[in-house]
Amino acid sequence: MTTPSISVKQTPAVQYLLRIGDTALILGQRLGEWCGHAPVVEEDIALTNMALDLIGQSRALLTRAGELEGMHFHEDQLAFLREERDYRNVTMAELPNGPRRGERPGDFAFTTLRNAMLATWFRLLWEKLRDSRDTELAAIAGKAVKEARYHQQHAADWVVRLGDGTEESTRRMRAALAELWRYAPELFESDAVDEAAAAAGLGPRWSDLREPWLADMRELLAEAQLEVPADSPFRSHAKQGVHTEHMGYILAELQYLQRAYPGGAW
Amino acid sequence: MNPAMRVTADEERVQRAWSVLGQVLDPEVPALSVCDLGIVRDVRPQGDGVEVVLTPTYSGCPATEVIERSVVEAIELAGLGPVTVTLQRAPAWTTDWISDEGRRKLSDYGIAPPSGSAAAAAEQPIRIVRREPALECPRCGSLNTERLSVYRCIACKEPFEYFKPI
Repeated sequence: MTTPSISVKQTPAVQYLLRIGDTALILGQRLGEWCGHAPVVEEDIALTNMALDLIGQSRALLTRAGELEGMHFHEDQLAFLREERDYRNVTMAELPNGPRRGERPGDFAFTTLRNAMLATWFRLLWEKLRDSRDTELAAIAGKAVKEARYHQQHAADWVVRLGDGTEESTRRMRAALAELWRYAPELFESDAVDEAAAAAGLGPRWSDLREPWLADMRELLAEAQLEVPADSPFRSHAKQGVHTEHMGYILAELQYLQRAYPGGAW
Repeated sequence: MNPAMRVTADEERVQRAWSVLGQVLDPEVPALSVCDLGIVRDVRPQGDGVEVVLTPTYSGCPATEVIERSVVEAIELAGLGPVTVTLQRAPAWTTDWISDEGRRKLSDYGIAPPSGSAAAAAEQPIRIVRREPALECPRCGSLNTERLSVYRCIACKEPFEYFKPI
């Protein structure tokens, strides 16, 4: 027997929260893949601690989304029992951790650059969400913004160290940047969900985050001796539920236990 | 019980609850009690028991449930009646809430306590170029320390951990 999927009413407010909560959930899952495999033990601990922060933030957001959705879905039901199309994370979060090398779950340069890009975005978003008219969301943001600051700081240190490092680390950082930059526009494209959130005072239009994000990225890339890539016409759409081929594999791992053992608990 | 006696009984129960909570240790840094750490925000009388208001340290803190259970067990064991634990998210926990006693215990435990106020640190922009003030070695007190992957005291040669302000 397997647990059936739940169907979520995707009202604009629910979608807005799921986009943020799912981005934290899926990035947390990706960072968790490094557990036991990072290049040095301190980074192993740092990556998994950041994963823990992200999953904690996601739990709070999914709980709130469940309350607003109206069917009283529990955070675990939302995390484990939705169909792929109902996950609304940004595409950048679901990409694998970069090219795999032997036993390692990816490329450390790719992982840290993505962390820097997404932590900067999260920090700017949480800063605005502290003023949300939804007091629960504002309370979640008050905590999360402090965590995102540390994530951004930590990742930025590594981007500088590797970008302006050895021939090998620079080469890998440049490759990661060329790949990841194509997925950045999705972080800042506003649509009806954003407009509704802004009108209701729930949260900012994501397009408002573009300029401050670019300013931080320009400073970071300059310090790391990396060039800001040219914009590309490529667009990704996971936040509308249209995922890459990688998402199914993440969900298989994420959902397996709850699907196979309904209601399984520690 | 007349109303005046009721108030006194409530006050005494709350007072005793605070002193019991002063003995409940944080599972991650067992040198500190939950009170030293500043996560107990309030204790209120509730019926014949108490309500304890806790603010978790981090969004994903895996110790939250353990702490909740320890708090309930300790209060019940002390015979202070039924206890409800309320988790309060706002205002967010900050290292500024660690008591002076807590800071001293952290240092004795070998972890450098948070330096400066977290509120002031949050006003600073993210440092892309790393410039950090010198931390004091919790063992020998020297300011001649450096950051590797952890921190190291150049005077006594010992590595140490640092509790960052948040």
